[in-house]
Amino acid sequence: MIEEEKNNYSVFHGLWTLASRELKKWYKAPVILLLSLIQPIFWIGIFGKAMNLGSIFTGTSYNIPGLTIPKQVLDQIGLEILKQTFGTSDYFSFLAAGMLSFIVLFTSMQSGMSIVWDRRLGVLDRILTTPVARGNIIIGKVLSAVIRSLVQATIVLVVAILLGMTFYPGINPLDFLGVYAALFLMAFGLSSLFLMLALRVTSWESQMAIMNLLNLPLLFTSNAFYPVKSMPYWLKPVAYINPLTYSNGVARGLLLGISTNLGLDFLYLGLFALILSTIGIVLSWKYLSK
Amino acid sequence: MRNLAIKAINLTKRFGKSVAVDHINFEVYEGEIFGFLGPNGAGKSTTIKMLTTVLTPSEGTAIVNGYDVIKQPAHVRQSIGVVPQEYTADEDLTGWENMMMMAGLYGIPKKVAEERSKELLEMVELTYAAKRKVETYSGGMRRRLEIAMSLISRPRILFLDEPTLGLDAQTRAAIWQYIMKLKEEYKMTIFVTTHYLEEADMYGDRIAIIDKGKILAIGSPKELKEKIGGDLVSLQTNNDELAIKVVSSIDGILNVKKANDGIRIKVRNGEEKAPEILESLVKNGIKVSRMSITEPTMDEVYMEFTGKRLRDEDASAQEMFAFRRTMRRART
Repeated sequence: MIEEEKNNYSVFHGLWTLASRELKKWYKAPVILLLSLIQPIFWIGIFGKAMNLGSIFTGTSYNIPGLTIPKQVLDQIGLEILKQTFGTSDYFSFLAAGMLSFIVLFTSMQSGMSIVWDRRLGVLDRILTTPVARGNIIIGKVLSAVIRSLVQATIVLVVAILLGMTFYPGINPLDFLGVYAALFLMAFGLSSLFLMLALRVTSWESQMAIMNLLNLPLLFTSNAFYPVKSMPYWLKPVAYINPLTYSNGVARGLLLGISTNLGLDFLYLGLFALILSTIGIVLSWKYLSK
Repeated sequence: MRNLAIKAINLTKRFGKSVAVDHINFEVYEGEIFGFLGPNGAGKSTTIKMLTTVLTPSEGTAIVNGYDVIKQPAHVRQSIGVVPQEYTADEDLTGWENMMMMAGLYGIPKKVAEERSKELLEMVELTYAAKRKVETYSGGMRRRLEIAMSLISRPRILFLDEPTLGLDAQTRAAIWQYIMKLKEEYKMTIFVTTHYLEEADMYGDRIAIIDKGKILAIGSPKELKEKIGGDLVSLQTNNDELAIKVVSSIDGILNVKKANDGIRIKVRNGEEKAPEILESLVKNGIKVSRMSITEPTMDEVYMEFTGKRLRDEDASAQEMFAFRRTMRRART
């Protein structure tokens, strides 16, 4: 590996130029922007509303034959079951908080594609001949993916609120800030990961295959839809490795008041972002100049 | 002595088992147009990629603008401009935005960048299309934008990899006009690869012929032509047999042959030797009815050094793209 020699540029040289290039392409293509907005709305609006476990347990007319249990008691039992399982009786809000990480995952994942395209279209060849540090080419892309992810997450949050997501009483602006910090760290780590996987890929088909291989497993081995404690014993370790589990923990802890170990969550996400982006930078030194 | 702009020292690149560039050595002087001539897959692009620090040499190194491409790649990148073989402008952005992006990558302050972009787009006659998305540009326009983009940092050396590939003859000539202008007005050193013989011949101050990763000859087009055995003097006389005998006895004649319409004489410095030939013929009572002197063509030079005609390898633009794609895949 060649170490970059000292030069008169700052460490961040070219970072913003590269990130803003991608953001420009993103907000200048209204159709793509619109499509990327529709996806989270679909998820939260249709999946979130249809998969409404709350309505199964409460306000129904079921009863146990032979016993005439007062409806009030049944509803109370239903609520208790929900509370025991999810930490809240409001499953929609539980899911909505999970959707924030989900949309961040899907947006970060796209970052790998951009480097494959840049390579195929020759843009990468051009950037490689400019005095931008190899690492910054990667981090510039990470940065743009992070910004897009956070914008998408905001849209999901707004849609969720409009559809009836409720926060715990006494929520304050700092809680939102905390959620964004967690999502930032996760987006940083995830887009580094997908970029890293794309460093040597020359066809977009293989990158698509990599993305498809990882997206649903990452989603379903996290606590996005169900809490870790209801998972089988062999799945639990996987869930505890999955960064989505921790960002969901933060989102639910800060927005819904579901108890979680915030210190551990942030520590894990911080390490995840730090380690993966470092590996990304190191690999880009190695692989971008062959 | 002229200053060196580029010096390649045993520059080598291997891709797996195959050797794309094999221990080449050459020097490029400041302010000259240095042409790298060779067929597809000869190692031209690989060489340019090593000189511009996109690829790391497997062995040897090169000094570009006084910086070592292996030890000081960032300094090299700062002092050069590159027009890669592929179109590299971002199609989704406008010409202007591409210029400004390049400026950002070189850390040029916004105000300076705007001035230079204006000037450069003016130079390549793209001012009218500056606000249009690059995807609407024609091939010639894109190539001109590529050149403007690589000049934003005011480089001392400009590298162009097949700048006229796939363009029609008119556009090719126009591109060369810009390149000549850069050399004359900005005293820029220009390193250009091409597989068009006429271009190397017409515009190159010095040429290196490369094939299968090795440099076969270096020199000015004139020197190279002289190296392969000088000029061709054709004569029509009233007595060809005697004329052949007379000419053969003159010093410095390389070869005399009878052709169906007269005799052919190979000679170094044909223009200086022709009067002497004429004089001896007249002295021997031979009448010369027609005489012509032709310099060897670059085609012949190329044939001499590589043992094949470059034209045979001239592929359509489409085949070229397919070829390049395969090469790129093979490398990864």
